[in-house]
Amino acid sequence: MISKLQGKNFWLIVIAAVLAAFPLFSDSRTMTILLTQIFIFSILAMSYDILLGYTGIVSFGHAMFFGVGAYTTAVILDRMEPTLGMFLLSIAAGMLIAGIISFIAGLLTLRLKSHFYAMFTMALAGLFLVAAEKWRAVTNGNDGFTFRAPEFFQDRTMFYLTALGCLIVVYLLLSRFVASPMGRVLIAVRENEQRTASLGYKTLHYKVTASVVAGIFASLAGSLYSVSLRFVNTSVMTMDITLDALLMTIIGGVGTLIGPILGATVIEFAQHYLSGLARDYPIFERWIIFFGIVYILAVVFFPQGIVGWFRQVRAKRSGKRAAALKAKQPVLKAKAEENG
Amino acid sequence: MSRLLTLENVHTHIGQYHILQGVSLTAEEGEVTVLLGRNGAGKTTTLRTIMGLNPATSGTIHYGGQDITKLPTFSIANGGIGYVPEDQAVFTTLTVEENLKVAMRKEDEAAMARQDYVLTLFPDLKKFWKKEGGHLSGGQKQMLAMARAFVNDNRLMLIDEPSKGLAPIVIESVMEAIREMKKQTTIILVEQNFSMAAGVGDTYTLIDDGETVQSGRMEDLVRDEELKRTYLGIA
Repeated sequence: MISKLQGKNFWLIVIAAVLAAFPLFSDSRTMTILLTQIFIFSILAMSYDILLGYTGIVSFGHAMFFGVGAYTTAVILDRMEPTLGMFLLSIAAGMLIAGIISFIAGLLTLRLKSHFYAMFTMALAGLFLVAAEKWRAVTNGNDGFTFRAPEFFQDRTMFYLTALGCLIVVYLLLSRFVASPMGRVLIAVRENEQRTASLGYKTLHYKVTASVVAGIFASLAGSLYSVSLRFVNTSVMTMDITLDALLMTIIGGVGTLIGPILGATVIEFAQHYLSGLARDYPIFERWIIFFGIVYILAVVFFPQGIVGWFRQVRAKRSGKRAAALKAKQPVLKAKAEENG
Repeated sequence: MSRLLTLENVHTHIGQYHILQGVSLTAEEGEVTVLLGRNGAGKTTTLRTIMGLNPATSGTIHYGGQDITKLPTFSIANGGIGYVPEDQAVFTTLTVEENLKVAMRKEDEAAMARQDYVLTLFPDLKKFWKKEGGHLSGGQKQMLAMARAFVNDNRLMLIDEPSKGLAPIVIESVMEAIREMKKQTTIILVEQNFSMAAGVGDTYTLIDDGETVQSGRMEDLVRDEELKRTYLGIA
């Protein structure tokens, strides 16, 4: 599985180059913002994939780490001078806090069965949400607050390129991570934890590491998200964010890294266009219902997600080609014999 | 010859069920000890209890002179006990290569030499080196599961029903591999197929209803028609 990562690098470089050049041939502000959102949610979904796809851990509180990043960056940029240095410092601070929280949460619960982790993270995320609502002196409660982004990001294109750069770097880092010996163990844990333990691995260490890595990168996505809006409120910690990450991962294809990026792209575009249709067709004011139907159909008919579906089709085609070649072999052999 | 593993009056509960109700056995260094008994007698649970996957609720397990009864599974494995579970248990989304790599505790020169040796025992695995475990046949999976446990320099191997669900021709090559492994390590083997078990076993332990009922040399059991009829249903 891991070796298959190598062949597609060419196409990824081409896509990255096209996306980087996009602002040069398009001045659509809407599209720039939409693509920026896609890059940010791709990072969030990839971080979720490390948990769900590579380690088999279901988290219902991933929004907590996203929210930690969003609030840390927003508060630091609001309270300090909004420079690029402060922005980078706020990202580092958010990642550190998210790492510590995920380490403690993982250590407390990952030794238990996976549904305890799911429940615990949901409860902890709820606790953080309430804290964000009540700690008005810092968060301004549900109303949230606006803040100034670094001047460097006044030009939307710069922020677009920054988000794209972050996505590429995170993708490369996580690709290296899942292809490493550690990644192999995580996949083994996902498949069968007892079997992995019987090979001599203290599986808790590996699960906690996955939890910390996922938390850190979710926090990065949160930091970028708050800067993209120049605003933060408690919505960054709601269950909706976790569900989005979960669905992006499932629709794109779990355990693939590319899948969550595709999932984020599909969902962000669908949200954008379905809600846009409401202007002409009032029924689309309830676009979320259509979205729900799409989710159900996707899970029923494409349980392995977009990437899994493509792989199946490709495997079927190569299987047919091999069978056809095998069937032709006696004919070719006979012809060769005829020709002496 | 020294005693490598000793189980004394081991009891194991799984949930509310009292599965092992007094299993005692010994494994001498360099020998193959076969666990025999009818389906549901507790043979697999005995292996899982030794590995700490279903920890013993009472009794003691000593390995190389050390009490391992309460140790976690990973410590037991790191102590040099390899486990080949039943049902050709491989990691299905990892390739053959990755399955072996994940099993190696170290990727040093010695480990690579051992991997080369394992591949001489299971040459078919080389052909499917980049194939995912899930795409292998039952026999290939079984070989991979055994190779995975043997790729480390384990002092003791626990092998659970290696012939289960395999074609006769494959069973023979699996048994041949076990004979080869026997030259280098101590083995506790669970095997339903009595003629296969008798072919590789030096000693046996007979388990019935979660209890040890008899232990001894394999050649004595081969001659004891009464014991075979009573506990194994072999006429």
